[in-house]
Amino acid sequence: MVEIIFGYFAITILIISLLVVTSRNPVHSVLWMLLLFFHVAGIYLLLNAEFLAATQIIVYAGAILVLFLFTIMLLDLREEMQIQRFTRGWPAGLLISTGVLIVLITGLKGFKTTFVGQWDIKEIEEATHTKALGKVLFTEYLLPFEIASLVLLIAILGAVVLAKKKLKT
Amino acid sequence: MEYTVWIPFLPLIGFIINIIFGKKILRTQAHWPSTLAVFGSLVLSIMALWDVINGKTLNYDLYNWIISDNFRVSVGFLVDQLTAVMLIVVTSVSFLVHVYSIGYMHGDSGYPRFFAYLSLFTFSMLMLVMANNFLQLYFGWEAVGLCSYLLIGFWYEKRSASDAGKKAFIVNRFGDFGFGLGVIIIFLTFGTLHYVPVFGRVEEIVTQSVNIYGLEINLVTLIALLLFCGAVGKSAQLPLHVWLPDAMEGPTPVSALIHAATMVTAGVFMVARCSPIFDLSHTAMNVVAVVGGLTALFAATIALVQNDIKRVIAYSTISQLGYMFLACGVGAYGAGIFHLYTHAYFKALLFLCAGSVMHAMAGELDMQKMGGLKKYMPITYWTMLIASLSISGIPGLAGFFSKDEILFSAYAAGGVGRFVWMLGTLAALLTAFYSFRLIFLTFHGDFRGTEEQKHHLHESPPVMTVPLLLLCIGAVASGWVGIPKILGGSNHFGEFLSPVLHHPHYEGVTHSEEWMTMGLSVFVGVTGILVAILFYIKNPSIPVRLAQSFSFIYRVLWNKYYVDEFYNLIVVRPVLFIAKSIIDAFTDRKIIEGIVNGLPALVGWTGAQLRKTQNGILQHYGIIMATGLLFILVFVLIRAIT
Amino acid sequence: MVPLHWYLWLGSLMFCIGMAGFLIRRNIIIMFLCIELMLNGVNVNLVALSHYMQDLRGQVLTLMVIAVAAAEAAVGLAIVIALFRNRPTVHVDEITEMKG
Repeated sequence: MVEIIFGYFAITILIISLLVVTSRNPVHSVLWMLLLFFHVAGIYLLLNAEFLAATQIIVYAGAILVLFLFTIMLLDLREEMQIQRFTRGWPAGLLISTGVLIVLITGLKGFKTTFVGQWDIKEIEEATHTKALGKVLFTEYLLPFEIASLVLLIAILGAVVLAKKKLKT
Repeated sequence: MEYTVWIPFLPLIGFIINIIFGKKILRTQAHWPSTLAVFGSLVLSIMALWDVINGKTLNYDLYNWIISDNFRVSVGFLVDQLTAVMLIVVTSVSFLVHVYSIGYMHGDSGYPRFFAYLSLFTFSMLMLVMANNFLQLYFGWEAVGLCSYLLIGFWYEKRSASDAGKKAFIVNRFGDFGFGLGVIIIFLTFGTLHYVPVFGRVEEIVTQSVNIYGLEINLVTLIALLLFCGAVGKSAQLPLHVWLPDAMEGPTPVSALIHAATMVTAGVFMVARCSPIFDLSHTAMNVVAVVGGLTALFAATIALVQNDIKRVIAYSTISQLGYMFLACGVGAYGAGIFHLYTHAYFKALLFLCAGSVMHAMAGELDMQKMGGLKKYMPITYWTMLIASLSISGIPGLAGFFSKDEILFSAYAAGGVGRFVWMLGTLAALLTAFYSFRLIFLTFHGDFRGTEEQKHHLHESPPVMTVPLLLLCIGAVASGWVGIPKILGGSNHFGEFLSPVLHHPHYEGVTHSEEWMTMGLSVFVGVTGILVAILFYIKNPSIPVRLAQSFSFIYRVLWNKYYVDEFYNLIVVRPVLFIAKSIIDAFTDRKIIEGIVNGLPALVGWTGAQLRKTQNGILQHYGIIMATGLLFILVFVLIRAIT
Repeated sequence: MVPLHWYLWLGSLMFCIGMAGFLIRRNIIIMFLCIELMLNGVNVNLVALSHYMQDLRGQVLTLMVIAVAAAEAAVGLAIVIALFRNRPTVHVDEITEMKG
């Protein structure tokens, strides 16, 4: 049963990925991307990561993709539809990507985990996922968490400065 | 006795003041700092001599100069009996020359520069004689060479003067190269360059020898000969004597101070200072003695026929330096230093007199155009006459005592000593002859110059004649400190130096033999003078006829044995040829410029090629990055499989 | 039970599709989307490994990746706007001002 659900999500994700990459219209790409994020959230749910699934939808779908849509609307991309989609050297890009894919697939086939941590599924279910993740995040990974917030702050400042019409001298 | 530190540094201060303020502020008063500084040094030197006579010596490290692993050299001062004598010689002659130069150089455009160089020279020379280690000795050695170069080429706008300066510098390089090697070998052998430990341990290595391309050479001999190389260059001995006559292009006070009294005697001083090393090598001693003896005779023969007043004195200097080496070579270092000390006064006097004559003759150097100057410049005449009597070895004057001691020591030493004694006695004959030839040609007979010159003739001002008179006292009396025993005196000078320079004791030499050598040297001196009187006063046609009938010998002597031409052929021309055809045409233009221009061209070309990859298209960078990722992944995968 | 390497293959496929898209598309906005796609592929891998290794650190890392992705999108899109203001194009191969 789980395999079927996984299969559905996986195949859908792959098809949507290809659509994202190949769509002529960027708006379509973004909308396909939206669908893709929901399916990735489904994968997270399959993996007992409820909090991440929620974050995925809120942050990616809710914030980032909206940003993309806004940007596309700010820019006038009407003629985009008629113009060549791919770069001139696209076979080379495709070849390299395929090479990487083959190597990854072969390499990961025999991948086995040897390490076992202290958070098995039962424990997470007992503590609830959000609480368990919070425990790790706010104790062991407090400093990286704070740094992440700094990264976001700088990004906000940078985005504001870059997008302003004219810099005051 | 730490005040002796100021002896070299006072002239250095004088130099610094003069070189900074001389041209703009002091101008015609530029002689004050230098002269006062060297006067201060003279006073301190006399104090130092007094202290040394009272048994005090000093070996004092001022500060560490170089510390590198086990290579440690300090700036240090050694004041012992030998140094004290040298200090007196250097500072007294230097002071008198400074005073003389006030008159002689008056009105010259480079007046402050001249005094600055003189001070620098005095500083260097004092550093040389006061050194307590070989590196400081070497420093002084090179610094006096530099000052010599600067002062010979003082009138640098004159081509011959700047050429002479270069020649002096380059010829000295040959000797200094050997000297430098000697210092390096001393360091490698003893691990230190200070005199005291080196001389203390030199006997330990007396049996050691080194193998140079299959040639077994005793280590002490090697060191001694290499050091002597430097002395040969600096003291203008055969075969490196060629620079000294040309050095007469410099101002005459410079010739008196540097090229007669002090710098050229540095070689003798160095050999005496290193006597513990030389004493242990019989071979080196014989080389020193023979080189000295041959030079004494060789230079004297050239002096016979020269007409340039300063060149005659210059060859005379070379000849007298030969005497000093001759003395050192037979082990009589004390006699060598004694001659150095008396010679400094009478030779400086000769040069300053010649300068006085030139001053009167408006720079004329050719003795054939002089004559009869006696009545115009009496002080110059009488002082020069006394100096000439002194150099000719007339009893009672300084030159007699020192020359006699040298000749007797050579005779008494036996072996090679007898040979060099004969050379020296012969040279003494020639010395007396050419000295009086100079006197007679210059001061006696009729004036042979132009009317304009005759009108101009005058005695020099007191600022020049007073130093002459003072030096004259030295030329007469400086020998009185070393009167030999058989004349009822006692050799104070030799005894004074005996703690530093061991005093040779001659056995099996009778008093009659001592009388014989002394009598012979006086006899040849008087003979030389008489012959000169015969040739140049009584019958002036004799030298002309002699020159005609022995024209081959005359030409050889006139051309100084063609040594310059010979060096030109075997050294100068090949070097110039190599420089032009190989170094300039090939090495410089092809290899060095090829590399220098080729490297930037290569870099530029490479950059131009690499720039094509930076085409600004993002996807290309992405593809390159992805390819890199692919390679890394493949590498990791292969590592995981194997 | 789904085997681990299915998830890993899925992540790899997403990553490679994203990479191919980044390398072949000209539109800069779609290239950004492709980057998001690659990051999601990585995230899937991280979460899967976190689940199978019974350790939450992978998920913490995923949170970080999401934060960085948000920052990157904000800055990147700001650059796109600034760029578009000067040259009205979104085609990367036409923007070659940084050519050496």
